This record gives sequence, C-alpha cells and structure tokens, in this order.
Amino acid sequence: MRSILMLCVLSSLVLAEFESDLQLKLILAEPGDTIQLDSGLFPILGTLSMEGKQDIVIKGTGMNGSILDFSTQVEGAQGLSITNCKNITLEDFSVQDAKGDAIKCQYTDGITFRRVKAQWLGGPRSINGAYGLYPVQCENVLVEHCVAIAASDAGIYVGQSKNIIVRFSEAFDNVAGIEIENSTLADVYGNNVHGNTGGILVFDLPDLVVKEGHQVRIFDNIIKDNNLDNFAPEGNIVGKVPSGTGIMIMATEMVEVFENTIIDNKTAGTAIVSYFITEEETKDSQYNPYTSSIYIHDNIYRRNSQIPTLDHDIGLLLFFHFFRDIPDIIYDGMPDPSHISNNGLIPNARRLCIADNVDANYLNLELSKNFNSWYSPFFADFNTDANECNCTLEPLPEVILKIDH
Amino acid sequence: MAVFFAASPIFPSHPVLEHALPQLSEYGFFLEPIKEQIPTGLVLPYAIASPLFSDYAEKLRFIKVPKNETISHDEDLELDYPVGTFLIKTFYYLSDSRDLDSERRLIETRILKKTTSEWIAIPYVWNEDQTDAVLALAGHRTDVSWIHRDGTPINILYSIPNMNQCKSCHVYKNVQQPIGPKVRNLNIEFSYDEGKKNQLEKWISIGILESFNELSSLPRTVDYENPHDGTLDERARAWLDINCAHCHRKGGPAETSGLHLDLEESDPTKLGIFKPPVAAGRGAGDRKYNIVPGKPEESIMEYRITSTDPGVMMPELSRKLVHDEGVKLIQAWIKEMPEGR
Repeated sequence: MRSILMLCVLSSLVLAEFESDLQLKLILAEPGDTIQLDSGLFPILGTLSMEGKQDIVIKGTGMNGSILDFSTQVEGAQGLSITNCKNITLEDFSVQDAKGDAIKCQYTDGITFRRVKAQWLGGPRSINGAYGLYPVQCENVLVEHCVAIAASDAGIYVGQSKNIIVRFSEAFDNVAGIEIENSTLADVYGNNVHGNTGGILVFDLPDLVVKEGHQVRIFDNIIKDNNLDNFAPEGNIVGKVPSGTGIMIMATEMVEVFENTIIDNKTAGTAIVSYFITEEETKDSQYNPYTSSIYIHDNIYRRNSQIPTLDHDIGLLLFFHFFRDIPDIIYDGMPDPSHISNNGLIPNARRLCIADNVDANYLNLELSKNFNSWYSPFFADFNTDANECNCTLEPLPEVILKIDH
Repeated sequence: MAVFFAASPIFPSHPVLEHALPQLSEYGFFLEPIKEQIPTGLVLPYAIASPLFSDYAEKLRFIKVPKNETISHDEDLELDYPVGTFLIKTFYYLSDSRDLDSERRLIETRILKKTTSEWIAIPYVWNEDQTDAVLALAGHRTDVSWIHRDGTPINILYSIPNMNQCKSCHVYKNVQQPIGPKVRNLNIEFSYDEGKKNQLEKWISIGILESFNELSSLPRTVDYENPHDGTLDERARAWLDINCAHCHRKGGPAETSGLHLDLEESDPTKLGIFKPPVAAGRGAGDRKYNIVPGKPEESIMEYRITSTDPGVMMPELSRKLVHDEGVKLIQAWIKEMPEGR
C-alpha cells in the first residue's frame, strides 16, 4: 500500500484539524475500535457521521469533559449522525448547540447512549434543534445516565424503533422530556423528568413507515413541574402538548404506567387521549387513532393547587370547570369502536384501567358527547368517577435488550 | 494550502483503500493535462435530463464500463452496471458564469465504483494548480467565488462531502447506489464528437448497454430548467425527484418523515399535501403542513428549500445557496394546485 494516508488526509484552516481527524477516524474505524475523545471544547463546523460500522465505541472523558460544540455549525442538520451500524456505544461526552438534532442514529441494531449529554446552552428557545438523543428505526436501544436539555421537540426521542430501554436519565427544559413514538417494547424507568412542557410522551402518529407502537412501560420515574411554556415551532405535533403535562399517552395501545411519582404538573398529571385531540386529519387507513389497553396503577400523584395552562383549549376548559384543582388523570373518553362488543362493553383487556394510585383524581372528557359545538364543553357535566376505570390488566413483560457488551 | 497531518493513526485495511487511488490522475480516465477533462479510451461523457442543484456548480459526467461488459436492465428498467464500472463527476465553476470562455476552476471529482459487493464513493479535491485531484475521504471545505448569471459576485464556503455524506444521499435500502443515471434520466440527446445522438442509442451502439425492445417508448424525465419541456407539474416533480427523492422515498434515509417525493409517488399525503410534519422541529418554520395547495407561503416545503440555515434547509447537504429557479418552480407548482382539501 502506498503512503495513501499521507496523501488522502487533506485538511486546511477551515476544516479544523480536530474535526477532520475525528471524521476520518469515524470513516476508517474497524470493528472493535474505540474512538477516544480528549477533554476539551471542540468547535465543529459540519455534521460528524459514522456509517456502516460494527462494534465501535466513541468515548470521551465525561459529559462535562469532552464537549463537541456546534454553535458555529455551517452545514449538516445533525451534530453526530450514525446510520446503518451495528452495536455502537456512545459514552461520556456532550454535544451542544447543534443546528438540528444533537445525535441522530438511524437503521442501527444495538445503540447505547451512556452518560451522554445533549444540550442547547441558551435554554428553551424555538430556534434550538428538535431532538437531543434521537434513535430512529433502530433496534435494541439503550439510553442510560444521559442528560437532555432544551430541545425544541424532545430531549430523548425514540422513534419507529423496537426493544428500547431509557433509564436513569434526566431531561429538562425541553418541550417533551422523553418521547416514545411509533415504537414497540420500551421500558422507561428511573428517570428524572422535570421542567419540560410535557414530561413523558407515548405517541403513535399517522403517515409513518413504521406504523404502530405498543407495549411500553413507564415506571419508577419522577415526573415533576413540567410546566414550561410550549416553545415548539408551530406545525410540530409536540406543539399540541399542553404546558403542564406529566405523562401523555396518545393513540397507542398496551401502555403500563406504574410506581411513578407525578408531582405538580399543572394541567394534566397523566393524559390518555386519541389522535382527535390534535384536531388534525389523517388519511392513513392503517392508522388507529384510539388508545386501548392502558393500565395506570400504583403511582403517587401530588399537585399544589394552581391554575392549568391557559394557552391551550383543554387548559381553558379545565380552568373553567375546576379552576385551580385540576384532576390528575384525564381521559378523552374515546375508546376504540372496533373493540366495543355487541353488548356495548369493551373487553377488560382493551380497557383503560386505573388502580391503586395515591391521591389520583379522575376526569373523563367524553369528547364525542361533550364537544359537539364550541360552547358545549363549557356546559357539560363531566364524569369524574374513577370507578368506570376500576379494573386491572396483566402486567407487560420486561424488555430484554440484545446488545453485546 | 493543504495541510497534511501525520498525527492520524494508520488504518491498514479499510475496504475503500483497496479501491481508492491517492490521486485522480492515476486512474487514467483523462488525457494530460487532466484539468481539460478529455476522456481516454473507454471513458464516455454523458448528461442527465434534470440535474441535482449543487450551488450552481457546473458538472462534467463520465462513465467507464469495463471492456466487453454490458449494462443490463430488468422489466422495471433498473440498470445493472457490471462490476468495475466507474461513474465520474467533476464539479467546476467558471469565473464568470455568463462567459463560457472565462477561467474554469475544477473543485472536486467524485467517483462511484461498482465493486463486487456494492458501489463505493471516493471523493477527490482539486489542487490549487489544477494539476491533479487528491483523495479526501474526510471531505473538505474551500472558498469559491464567481460572477453569477445576473452579474452579481458570489462567494461561498463550498463543501466537498466526505465518504459518509456521499452515502447519505446515495443510499437506498442500505446499499449505496448511483442517483442520476437511470433510464429516464439518460434518455436525452447528447452532443458527441460525431454529432448529436440519443445517449441510450449511443450506449447500445458501442456495446455498453443491453438493447431495449422499443427504445421510442422508454420514459424520459423532463428538463426542469426548460420551461417548454413538459407541464409545470412534470417539471416540479422532476426537480423534487432529483433534488429530494434520493432521501425522500420509501427505502431512502428520509422515509421516516413519511414524505416521499420520487416521480413514481402518487399518494397526495405522501407528496406532502396537507401532511403535518413528523420530526421537522424548527424546520417547520411555524407552518402547519408540508404543502398547502395554492399557498406556497404557508407550505413547509417552500420554507425549507428557501432557507440556508443548516438546521432548516433542504436538502441538508451540498447547498449553501438557494436555488432560485427551483424555488420559483416549486412556488408556481404549489400555487397552481386547487385550494382546499
């Protein structure tokens, strides 16, 4: 082999040495390699990318030690982009001020984010990138001991993926703290999610390649003070989340929410809603806009008396009816009609079940009945009797990741 | 100008290095001086019907099919290039784009090589003396200036993509593929030394392309730059196809968005009509739908192709400038759509 690298490693003043050196390492890495990031603040001008690699670790000296700074980024829509890889570990570094998403990982089986931070330094602003940690169309996703701050969509966002654990992480100052979207088999636990617009979201959205998610467990999390004004750019679905939402489960099925501490989220401690709440239309014939098989149990709710958000129709309605003492668990009352049997009842396994929570007040908005005209909800007599959800469901199984370490 | 750093560890056996030569001249594609880009022996120039916009760079395209080998095709008109085929594309600027005789500066040459397993992309950057182009796996950035068509001087930090960025556009179903040279894009006339001729006919006549049953019935992409070629809809769709659909199609890396812009797509929602964004973030620009028929100024698509902010703009790569002609085309196209759902 000729002294090819001496010739091919072309650099210049504009392609800073650190950046081009790191990018070259990402291109030439071989299975088993660890790409080490030194301590320091490294300005990066373009998206760093890794493609088609297997068994690679990118490791820094700590989330406050090795910092990739994209505040002067001139090209690319991500900070770090990982595609079409297998068994990748990202550890102990931080990505800040990316122009778009901080770390996006697509088409990858086995992706671990460990002690990684994604942050926008200027705090919550709509000019911030959309997602902090963003695995999409991946399998076997592990996010642990990570931090996500000030994403204009979701701090930790797992989309169209399968086999997922998000644990022991912190998300604040984001529109959504943690979001699991169109994904299957996810465990979200031990996280501290505070000061976002919405804490933890589990959504299924229409018109996507991966159609539906299910089997999501949310447990042992602290979900507190998620009362930040919604700063998502308009047009984004997360822009519909009312400020003051603890957990929101939308248009999905088989979700178990248990043993969480859900405190002082001013509008809805936990909301279980259909896609209709967004007032968006969809022509996706394979899309199911309803929720079913949702089990909310053994959570602790606590809420200081305070008014809900007034920037959202539902918030206004809640304010009008309940003033400062808003119910903790809010259901839109839209069961999946395909599950309603001849006797008009829904089989137990498909119901919304609420059991053994501490201090949980309940509200059924009964959308289809109470929202015929713009004024009708203000005169509606909402059902606040949680007995209609008095049932239990089979616990969902634990997620087992298939990741080699 | 180029700074070589020896600090990089040596990576002995990366598969790309088995194929990539250190300098462009070593392939023997061009006669010396190679900056004239005069092809040798089996290297044949070609053009495509509707080109990708890359900051108004001019492009020279060449193909080299190994001797005695033939490009075959299937019933879907997918071309199957033989192993060893090279696609070569050189990007350049004229110092005054109104004057074809003004000084020409070659910036980069991208090579796609068909190996036994897949296509690989190999980027080369031209040196200042224009004597050769040097392998640049990690990409490069360079200042480029020229006088634009309207007489205004333009200066940009031109970006030569790295190998991964090459693939980020050229990937389809996780395999790297050529984008431009499809049957419908090649089915146009080209000025050869011996005169004008349909490219497919030429390729068949010199034996590098398997013949078709009926050449005259093959599809042809319209030239979006020619207002007399096809309908407005056809021109807009041709622009979207070549500029967006390499990612925005089923099997492409932007399929997660649900926005599919390939010429073959017919579902209005997938084309963006009243389609809310999924993960656009601030790329949505406070607009609600990708396309609002009749209202380009309310359509996210228009916002993103008009932006040069890296976190907003589309396409994500290979662009520092707005493609004014393309934007006007898309605006007119959206404007022409009947309003309402």
